[in-house]
Amino acid sequence: MADYKMHVLVCGGTGCKSSESEVIRNNFQKYVNEHGLSNEVQIVTTGCFGFCEKGPIVKILPDNTFYTRVTPKDVWEITEEHLVKGRKVKHLLYKDPKSEHLVSDAKGMDFYKKQIRIALRNCGFINPENIEEYIARDGYAALGSCLSEKTPEEVIRVIKDSGLRGRGGGGFPTGLKWEITRKAEGNRKYVVCNADEGDPGAFMDRSILEGDPHSVIEAMAICGFCVGADKGLVYIRAEYPLAIERLRTAIGQAKEYGLLGTDILGTGFDFDIELRYGAGAFVCGEETALIHSMEGKRGEPTVKPPFPAESGYLGKPTNVNNVETFANIPVIIQKGAAWFSSIGTEKSKGTKVFALAGNINNVGLIEVPMGTTLREIIYDIGGGIKDGREFKAVQTGGPSGGCLTKEFLDVPIDYDNLLKAGSMMGSGGMIVMDESNCMVSIARFYLEFTLDESCGKCTPCRIGNKRLHEILDKITSGNGTREDLERLRMLANVIKDTSLCGLGQTSPNPVLSTLDNFMDEYLAHVDEHKCPAGQCKKLLHYSIDEEKCTGCTLCFRNCPVGAISGEKRGPHYIDQSLCIKCGVCFEKCKFGAVLIR
Amino acid sequence: MAKIKTLADLKKIRDEAQAKIKLRVQGEEPGKLVQIKVSMATCGIASGAKETMNYLIEELEHQGIDAVVTQTGCMGYCFAEPTIELSIPGKEPVIYGHVGKERAREIIEKHIKRGELVDGIIPVNYKTIDE
Repeated sequence: MADYKMHVLVCGGTGCKSSESEVIRNNFQKYVNEHGLSNEVQIVTTGCFGFCEKGPIVKILPDNTFYTRVTPKDVWEITEEHLVKGRKVKHLLYKDPKSEHLVSDAKGMDFYKKQIRIALRNCGFINPENIEEYIARDGYAALGSCLSEKTPEEVIRVIKDSGLRGRGGGGFPTGLKWEITRKAEGNRKYVVCNADEGDPGAFMDRSILEGDPHSVIEAMAICGFCVGADKGLVYIRAEYPLAIERLRTAIGQAKEYGLLGTDILGTGFDFDIELRYGAGAFVCGEETALIHSMEGKRGEPTVKPPFPAESGYLGKPTNVNNVETFANIPVIIQKGAAWFSSIGTEKSKGTKVFALAGNINNVGLIEVPMGTTLREIIYDIGGGIKDGREFKAVQTGGPSGGCLTKEFLDVPIDYDNLLKAGSMMGSGGMIVMDESNCMVSIARFYLEFTLDESCGKCTPCRIGNKRLHEILDKITSGNGTREDLERLRMLANVIKDTSLCGLGQTSPNPVLSTLDNFMDEYLAHVDEHKCPAGQCKKLLHYSIDEEKCTGCTLCFRNCPVGAISGEKRGPHYIDQSLCIKCGVCFEKCKFGAVLIR
Repeated sequence: MAKIKTLADLKKIRDEAQAKIKLRVQGEEPGKLVQIKVSMATCGIASGAKETMNYLIEELEHQGIDAVVTQTGCMGYCFAEPTIELSIPGKEPVIYGHVGKERAREIIEKHIKRGELVDGIIPVNYKTIDE
């Protein structure tokens, strides 16, 4: 048997994979073989490390060296220098932006310092396609101890005491949900894992399934034991091919090892998991719509009650939990409720995984204790705003959430504080915006999304959102009036109050929240026909400063629509009726003669 | 693969699998363990650093001592290869020269297990740019 002295971990998350991490892995294997080191160096594909901004990531242990932005070409150098001679390849190490020091230990990076990784505990550490590595990390031990040493009531008590709340966004206490499903009457019950992650910019659930699928499988089995179900279903969108593949591999291995199937660990408990694929409709993340979709019906929501815990899949009591919620369960059982509830705030316990995106330096996946402030997330972990620009707002909770402005930077983040601040936790997407983002356009973008995703069953959502979108379109084109702003707010409130399901009820949130926080931007669009951020193209006005223009003809030659005219070495002009505001003249001009108003 | 039938089976597999990823777990926390860096530049390898490193890894494993053994570049003591740097948590690192199997065994027996210094220490006579 090979006796490995060195492990090379290559990130195999979707992000790094799209930057050729598979080629990197193969190159490593090739060079290691060529050097005759195949019995000494083990190449491992892992899940997401989280530091997607610096991907593809390669980590070498036991040297604890974290290489960033590795390309397939760098592999030769790493092999020659590091694997053979033990010299770190300096130009691939992370450089601390503040001190300019090179950091090779991930723990020394600001990005990781404030994180506590519970749900992501194995992501970027184990090979997700190898069940033994999960078992080595005490995997399936929680299931084992539940089945052989505890009663379902005892396990539910632990989950209740831990204070774990649903990580899909609703924040419903998980233990209570399990208890309700347990008490519900039915000859058959189901456990469903909601992996229909739909918020734009969110990739927490995908990363967990890709990086540590067994943690979800184990937790579903524990849930089955508690609620009295012998069947689990994972509803996952078909557009997550890698997560599906890893999950299938994992389920197959768990069956092979007897950790799924009949008479698990000789305790007489049966549990099996199947996958159900979603077509990627946003509304199917709503549990009633999700269940209908699994039944082969249209993915449309129905009124609650009855809650799925009473009457869900095929009319049977069904316990629906989100991926991240499940990923927390095995750790809670092993370390105890007291340990888990010592992390976080009074009413929100534990940690939360966030997907950081937008105009922020360190785009990636992070897990922080509840109660961490936005400032810590954005400036310490996220490394601040791109290109040193000014922070404007952060959008949380996806299309159902809202914007948090500067004044909320120091609010400790938990379910209740975010609601108070006019947004919501949501599934954990965080999109950071700076002064170059127009908030009216942002509201329009999210509305466009809900417009696409509305199932059309109820009128307020189907038609109301369409009208909202039209008004926003009018405003961003410079044709809005003050009355439009009034109508926006009124219509938004009507949609909120009268829509059937969560999608409609929350769809106007981005509009309302931007109206509340950024009224000045709306007014600038309406009164002055100007976009302060310069994002609304139709409101831009390009002109040429005659005094600065040297007549070099560069703008004239690059204008795609022939809107610029003028004599060589003489001042040029822009014909406003032809200009499509593409901005090429502004970019090309070497003398700063093109003005934007 | 035979099915796991009992909790004891699961624990057995866990222990076996843990040995396979031990290196990763320990590598994450190098400050807490005995750490040995073996100088493995051309001069070191030519003088037998590879054998020394393999011996150290096997012997520590065999004796059940948790330690992290890594390779490093040339430390500059080419006259005394193979050289190793031994760090014991909470203590200043010590550099040994001419570490063949015999001296490696002595270092494990005396220095790592009992904290006694062994012959062959090279005094550190340089400063790094970090200091």
